[in-house]
Order: sequence, then structure tokens, then C-alpha cells
Amino acid sequence: MSERKVILEVKGLDQFFRIDRKTTIRAVDGLNFKIYEGETFSVVGESGSGKSTLGRSLIRIYDANAGEVTFMGKSISGKLDTETKAFLRKNMQMIFQDPMASLNPRKKVIDSIAFGLDVNHLTKSPVERKERVLKVLKSVGLLEDHLNRFPHQFSGGQRQRIGIARALILEPKFIIADEIISALDVSIQAQVINLMKNLQKNLGLTYMFIAHDLSMVRYISDRVAVMHVGHIVEMGTVEDIYENPLHPYTKSLLSAIPHPDPDSERLRKRVVYSKTGVNYNAGTLRQLSETHSILATDEEFASWQAGTTPPPCF
Amino acid sequence: MEKENLLEVKNLTLSFNLSSGVNHVIRDISFNLKKGETLAIVGESGSGKSVTTKAILGLIDDNGSVEEGSILFKLNATEEVDLLKVDKNYLQRNIRGSRIAIIFQDPMTSLDPTMTVGKQIMESMLEHKKASSKAEAFAKTRDLLDLVGIDQPEKRIKQYPHQLSGGMRQRVVIAIALACEPDLLIADEPTTALDVTIQSQILELIKDIQKKTGVAIIFITHDLGVVANVADRVAVMYAGKIVEEGLASEIYYEPAHPYTWGLLSSIPSLNDKGSEILSIPGTPPNLINPPKGDAFAYRSNYALKIDFEEQPPMFKITDTHYAATWLLHPMAPKVEMPLVLKKRIDVFKNKRRSEQ
Repeated sequence: MSERKVILEVKGLDQFFRIDRKTTIRAVDGLNFKIYEGETFSVVGESGSGKSTLGRSLIRIYDANAGEVTFMGKSISGKLDTETKAFLRKNMQMIFQDPMASLNPRKKVIDSIAFGLDVNHLTKSPVERKERVLKVLKSVGLLEDHLNRFPHQFSGGQRQRIGIARALILEPKFIIADEIISALDVSIQAQVINLMKNLQKNLGLTYMFIAHDLSMVRYISDRVAVMHVGHIVEMGTVEDIYENPLHPYTKSLLSAIPHPDPDSERLRKRVVYSKTGVNYNAGTLRQLSETHSILATDEEFASWQAGTTPPPCF
Repeated sequence: MEKENLLEVKNLTLSFNLSSGVNHVIRDISFNLKKGETLAIVGESGSGKSVTTKAILGLIDDNGSVEEGSILFKLNATEEVDLLKVDKNYLQRNIRGSRIAIIFQDPMTSLDPTMTVGKQIMESMLEHKKASSKAEAFAKTRDLLDLVGIDQPEKRIKQYPHQLSGGMRQRVVIAIALACEPDLLIADEPTTALDVTIQSQILELIKDIQKKTGVAIIFITHDLGVVANVADRVAVMYAGKIVEEGLASEIYYEPAHPYTWGLLSSIPSLNDKGSEILSIPGTPPNLINPPKGDAFAYRSNYALKIDFEEQPPMFKITDTHYAATWLLHPMAPKVEMPLVLKKRIDVFKNKRRSEQ
């Protein structure tokens, strides 16, 4: 486990938004974590937890207030020189929630997908450009006929495939997928998730998967970080989080998941979480095992460990 | 004791005139709803589930036309009306809001940002003469906010929608829907825009309210995972038809239609880890030229030759469970549901046994 190669390391990342003189939103507040090569690392939390902000700070859509981010051995925080910028853009890509909003409605699919190639002057001839686009298009399950169509001629699932193709065209190593299935129908969600899994296997990609659907996260992830109001409150492997959750917030999230099982649903008890009395800023990250960590103060930690509440959903 | 029907939809067929042709959105559907019961209508976007509820309330756009069918709604023990036959004025005055209320997906678009929450709730009460004075309406509004689980109702009454959180707003929308004590509440994807934790709160609330007020509910959703807790019965819609209908336990534990199999096995399970999720390949058909046979045949691994030629009728499985698939025909080959799904259902059943 410890020999695994780290692809991304984050130390003390802060991302604040100043609203006015009196208020500053601490959207991401002192995060520390590592992502290993080839894994799927999921960040879960409710809206407002800072999970999307985290993704956007990492890929430098936002400029972080503080913190050190190392990506494939290079520092990508602070001011970047042209070379590092090009390196970052090529190797880290993002897929967004709403494919219709992230595709230019007046551009043909081929031009949308090839945009990354064009701005980076990576192809020598139109023939080569088309070849490369066609290759990714096929890898996401679309056809050659689709090249010259416009986004409105596709269904939601197909559009999300175009979004994925666009992220893949520069052959990145690391992809941030921000709620990529929440806007899709359940049957199409499964298609997109299975596609992402296959691509990961074939291309050796590393994913950071931002989501609020905890059952899908369990299916796709290797490790999970649970975020609440800007803090990672608990982090661990899928087994750690889903079978041995310790933080009351994690337990409350898990207890809210609906199951396709009417009889057990009737018995399901939702665990209510209240943040009163829990001080995230005073807490420190402590290891429960080699893989499992939790944010807590001494007293909190002691009381949670003493608590005999079994995991809520099993 | 057999409860009486509140709503009966019979052979409803509805289409929209588009520039590209006539879109046959609803193709001959029938269902009924008993008093105090919850029916979940489940289907993908474009399956016609929302249009069905809009037809009940007469909210179909001008380019839509009802080709056939009736929607009978019980007014009292002896009287019933066909909601498709009455004029818009009658609907507005006597049905919408007062007898049948609807909750939409996004609370922010159904609330008026320039009006206080209290005023929006009182509006329909006063309009439909459910409160004789403003003071009475105010008191009722306070009780309603209490019922939907909003604390400090006196303070909230004077607030505007933007001052409330998403879950809170949806509670207000539910309060508005309940203001006139309707007999039927239609909830059109009421939790899709919400977080899991809020979603589970709202679902609990809806169940709780039904227990207290006895309102019948039609719950529209695309996610079978969500409604296991709320539904008494489930109708699965695909391409403008109801393909399977039954008690919740029948749909979840003994699904019979390949489309229902597909929907259920595309939900990842929390109970057995490492199990695959199966996706349904392809996309729903275009209903401008609906396929000749079973509309799902083109996406199904279980399609028979006849599926491409003739539409399957509703086969009866039990008194409450029906499915439209040729697989149930006595001459059809024996086909089992996907193994992944079967294993999962067995896990559920075993769990129940071990709990007993």
C-alpha cells in the first residue's frame, strides 16, 4: 500500500471567498490528502460542503489562498510559469455536471473536442486532427457520423460522452469528474459510470470523483473523503467509510441513502447530525488505521469511539 | 376492506403537434388510484410520466391534444367528473389547488421571489374560501408550517423564499400544496434537486403528512431507489405506456418486465459490494414514429421475434401485478431476470429472514 505512487498531494489548501468586509466564506479550509496513481478518489458531501470548490482550486480555475499542491512531482500552486501551465493543462482535465452548459451550442462536436488540440498546436494537418478526435470519440462509444453534429442533436447521456471525449483528447493522467451523472436518468447513469470504469482500466487514468450520490460512489471508488463545510471530516477506503464509519456526519449521510428494498426501507432510521459542539477548526486528523483517518479533537474522538451506535445502513 | 377509487385514468392517449411531426407522448394508458394511497410512476425522461399528471390538471400546452380516454375524478360519494371534458374555468375554480395539488421539482421556480412565504400559502386558502378571514388564514398557515416541519413558523411566515434553504423551500411548496386540504397530491420529482439528507427528510415528511391527512399521492420519479419507502403501488412507464404495474413488494422483489429489470439493476447496491451494475444500452425511441412492436425491444437483451412485430398486451401475474411483455405468454421461452439482480433480491430476502 505504502509503495503506491502518489500522483497528487495537497497540503493545507485554503480557498476563501470574500463576500464583503465582514464576511469571508471559508469554502475549503486547510485540506490535506494524497491521491494515488490509478485509483478513484471520491469526494462526497452535501451542497455547500466545498467539494466542487476543491476540484476547481486544484485545476486552477480558482487561485487558492494558501497551500501546497504537488502534481506528478511538480508544484502547481502559486504563480505558474508557462511551461508548468502547459504541463498542468495537458495532464489534468475536468468534466462538468451539465454537458449542455459546457459545450458551445454553435460548434460542431469535432470542433468542440479538438479545441484542446487546436489551442496547443498539437496536430499538423486536418487529417491528423480528425483521426485523433475520431479515436477518442470511438473510445467513449460514439460514432463517426456524430462528428459533424451539434450538441442539441444529442441526448443527455451522449452529451456527457462528448464531455468525456473532450477531457480525454489531450491524453491526461488525472481527471476531475464533478457530479458528472447527477443530471442524467438512472439507466443512463449506469452507462456513463461503466464507461468511466472501462476508460480507467484501458488508459490507466486516475479519477477524482465529486459526487453526492453515495451508492454510486461506493460502486466506483477506491477511497472516499467525506467533506462538510470546507473540511474533510473522514477519509478512508470504501470499506472504512461504508462499513466502519466513525464520524457522526458520515453516519448521518449513510443513513440517508434510500435502498431499492421496500421492507428494509420501512425500518430505516435516519441519523440526525448536528454540528453543535463539534469544532472542526480545533480538530486534528487522526489515523484509525493505515488507511482510515478522521478529523476530531481529543474529547470528540473519545466520545465517538465510546459510542456504540452500529453503522446505520447494514 | 376495498377502498374506493379516487381517480381513474382510462385509455388515455395524448399527442403533441410539433414542426417535425406528431409526437405520440402517451399511448393508451390506464390506471387508478384509491383514496389515501400512494402510487409511484417511474420512468425515464420522455416516458410521459409528467405529461400524464399535467393532463390530470388540464395543464397541457396548446399544441397538445387528447385523442382518446377519460380521467374520472371522484368529487364525493355520488358525483364524479371527467377532467378531460370540463372547461378550464371549472378546473381552475373547483379542482386545481383545492382538490388536486401539485409539487414540482425545483422549489425556487415554483415560489414567487417577491412575496413572503406566508402570503403565498394564504393566497390559495383565501381564493378557494377555505378560510373566512385573514386572521383565520394566518393561524392555519402557522399550523401548516408547523406540520411540514419548519421551526419558528411566526418568523418564517414573514420571510422571502431566498432567505430559506433548499429543503426549507420545498417544505414551503408542500405547505402551499396542502393549504386547501386536497384529496390528491401530485409530487413531480420533488426530491431530485435536493441533497440525500434533505431528500430523506422530505420523503419522511410526505409519508408523515399522508398518515395525518389521508391525502392520496401520485409520486413521479426516475429513480426506483427513492420510492421504495413511500410507494404502496408502482407503475413503470416506458415510451408512453405503462409496462408494469404492481404493489411495491411485487415490483421490487418479483419484477417481470425486462425494462424494470434494467432499471433495478442500474442502481448500485449498498448491500452486496463488488456487484456489477448493468446499464440499459441505447436511448428511448422517438415517439414521432413509435416502433411497431414493444418499444423496449430495441434495447432489450430478452426481446423475442414477436416483440418487433406486435405490441404485447398486459399479462396478469397476480390480482395486483400486471406486465406488458411477451415473455409472460404461455408459449414464450422461460427467461430469468439478470443474475446480478436476482442475487441482490435474494440478499434482501435473506436479510429479512435473518431479522425475523
